Amino acid sequence: MSDTVSASKPERQRLRQEQMRSLIRSIGMLPVLIVLGILVQLAGIYFTGEGRFLTWQNLSIVAQQASINAVLGAGMTFVILTGGIDLSVGSILAAAAVVGLEVSQVAGNLGVLAALLTGLVIGLGNGVLIAFLKLPPFIVTLGSLTAVRGLARLLGNDTTVFNSDLPFAFIGNDSIGIEGVFEIPWLVVIAFLVIVGSWLILRRTVLGVHIYAVGGNQAAARLSGIKVWAVLLFVYGASGLLAGLGGVMQAARLYAANGLQLGQSYELDAIAAVILGGTSFVGGIGSIWGTLIGALIIAVLTNGLILLGVTDVWQYIAKGAVIIGAVALDRYRLRGSART
Amino acid sequence: MPASPDTAPILRMQNVSKTFPGVKALRNVQLTVYPGEVHALMGENGAGKSTLMKILSGAYIPDPGAEIEIDGTLVQIDGPLAAKARGIAIIYQELALSPNLTVAENIYLGREARRGFLIDRAAMYAGCGDILRSLGATFGPRTLVGDLSIAGQQMVEVARAIHQRSRILVMDEPTTALSSRETEKLFQIILRLKAEGLAIIYISHRMAEVYELSERVSVLRDGGYVGTLSRDEIQPESIVRMMVGRDLSSFYKKEHKPAGARTPVLEVMNLSDGGRVKSGSFTLHAGEVLGLAGLVGAGRTELARLIYGAEPRTAGTVKLNGQPVDYRTPGEAIDGGVVYLTEDRRAQGLFLDMTCGDNINLGVIGRDAKWGGWLDRVRGRLRSLAPIKAMAIRVPGPEIPVGTLSGGNQQKVLLSRLLETRPKVLILDEPTRGVDIGAKSEIYRIIDELAQSGAAVLVISSELPEVVGIADRVVVMREGRTVGEVSGHDITEQSIMAFATGVDIEKVAA
Repeated sequence: MSDTVSASKPERQRLRQEQMRSLIRSIGMLPVLIVLGILVQLAGIYFTGEGRFLTWQNLSIVAQQASINAVLGAGMTFVILTGGIDLSVGSILAAAAVVGLEVSQVAGNLGVLAALLTGLVIGLGNGVLIAFLKLPPFIVTLGSLTAVRGLARLLGNDTTVFNSDLPFAFIGNDSIGIEGVFEIPWLVVIAFLVIVGSWLILRRTVLGVHIYAVGGNQAAARLSGIKVWAVLLFVYGASGLLAGLGGVMQAARLYAANGLQLGQSYELDAIAAVILGGTSFVGGIGSIWGTLIGALIIAVLTNGLILLGVTDVWQYIAKGAVIIGAVALDRYRLRGSART
Repeated sequence: MPASPDTAPILRMQNVSKTFPGVKALRNVQLTVYPGEVHALMGENGAGKSTLMKILSGAYIPDPGAEIEIDGTLVQIDGPLAAKARGIAIIYQELALSPNLTVAENIYLGREARRGFLIDRAAMYAGCGDILRSLGATFGPRTLVGDLSIAGQQMVEVARAIHQRSRILVMDEPTTALSSRETEKLFQIILRLKAEGLAIIYISHRMAEVYELSERVSVLRDGGYVGTLSRDEIQPESIVRMMVGRDLSSFYKKEHKPAGARTPVLEVMNLSDGGRVKSGSFTLHAGEVLGLAGLVGAGRTELARLIYGAEPRTAGTVKLNGQPVDYRTPGEAIDGGVVYLTEDRRAQGLFLDMTCGDNINLGVIGRDAKWGGWLDRVRGRLRSLAPIKAMAIRVPGPEIPVGTLSGGNQQKVLLSRLLETRPKVLILDEPTRGVDIGAKSEIYRIIDELAQSGAAVLVISSELPEVVGIADRVVVMREGRTVGEVSGHDITEQSIMAFATGVDIEKVAA
């Protein structure tokens, strides 16, 4: 509250209300995540006799499982904040992983760069079609979902590409820190850096304000002098680049990539993470921290159901139900102000 | 004419209050309407007219204690369906029709004629043909609503109300988008409906219409009921006094003096977009407020957008300080010192979910940013605090989302964004549309100060008293062309209307 602006009592009350609302919004789904974690732990104790969920080792696995989705979700957050959608990230991940492994066979670590570039170029391709030809993002990325999947298979001759001597395999399998005392897997470190970087872009740069502005009101953004095309190009480029990074992470974990199977339906998990994180589907409202929490909710749920011995079939059903239920809860809570 | 007070009222609303979080929108308002009368409801924007009508139509639930009687029976209107069942129909300013459906489908919407599970189109076409004919429609029930003019669409809404056997018809500013001939036709329809015993609640700002149509006028101010005048008491001065609560002297500000040696800043020559704007020419000087008047649809907004680079031009030249400029994007225009205030601030101007601070800063964050595009947040905060204070924007702090502010404060936020870029030329499109009377006079003061400081200001306005009150010169557009100019003491509503409509031109010239 500033002293230069005179504020009467009701106004101050309104300010407090407003701060409360933005706090609730930014905390978002964190309570759901915590409750879910406790439930999984309690259910573990009740059904299997031991709470294996809340162990350092298991939480580290959960974080790793969430990491790739969090990276894809970060890119997806940029896109959805502008009111768009990127359905092609799973396919881009596959294509980037295939390219990365193939390049690594001849040029070692340059494979990482090649994978990132692959993602960036495909993402920018999406962006060009959306920003300059003004095609609907859903249709453009639905097309590239299919076309890039084909490209991924083509690049790998429709077989699985291996590199058992992968120079960047540490990304997928090693940890940073003091062995046995305090270790954080590289995957988690990368995901966290991506989230922090995205936050800095969204909240501390001109570009970030412009992203929110384009999503909030594209006509007004154009009239107020914002280069809407540049913003769109950036968000789809970033989504592609981060999908490429996801490809590197996935390839490093598996030492292999299959253009047909890798990253199948990852775009849906990424979208689910963003939506669970409270980002508005029409654009303009949302935060990257929400996406992180969304990705963690999905990972906790998957991990918990596995620990409880729930079959694969029921895992799907439970996951879908939780996504819908959590968003419904969020809608109910923010009734009146929300426009998810 | 079915007289009013001898018959029983068809609608009596009493003690109607409505509280929104933090705002009391209505305080113990009353309204009594008789069958066969046109009852005008007047008041400034924000006076509570729309809120009252939304309560009548079931869109809002009033605070406990409100009494609504229809035909003498106390009723609860707890939703739009309940209102419809009681014979209440509302025609909003933004028409609620589906443009992709036919006239008949729209009239029957939600009450489709059926034969078994199938829709009975033939019955629907037959059923509304008569109503359309009786209204004097030139289109049939099979026409797509999207192909109709605004006047035609309004007629469809009226037909729907008649078809639903509505007995209370609310019309919210129905003539805003109509030509004078269309207005005339609408009035005939209203008079016919009145003769048939319908009660019509007519919301309008236009004194002449109210005078012509209505039996009685009720006035609201700041959410409260001020009073009701009967036909022989209706006088523009008394209504304005009731609406405003004070006299209007010194309402418009014109203290700046157009400089003697006038430097042209913006020279527009034969500008055209090949469509709505056929030929726009005018010169705007430093320290001057130039009015751009004309009827709705004359091409004023389109001309402004051409200058601003929001649409591509096909012909003509624009010179800024003598240098030809051709802005291809709004960004280029802003960098050149030309800014444009949109007429539709919610759809085209503001970012309603973003804070006041961000909205104010949006035009300059790029200039303020440190290397690499990092936001200068300290500077941003200072930048947003200054105009909040200088323009008296009623907001506790810059972190409040702009969507929660009133129309006048929103407009001031948008104006601040333009001013932060330190423009040389301001094009203000309907700068006081949808703002309350207090904010209006503050906006006039701001415009006056801008001119005093040497800026060149072009004001597009459909409110003639406003144009007459604040402009040094007025350029008038008609059907895409600038057709005339008046200045000084020749600026009157009559002289402007003569150019705008194209009638009477010889008389004015003589």
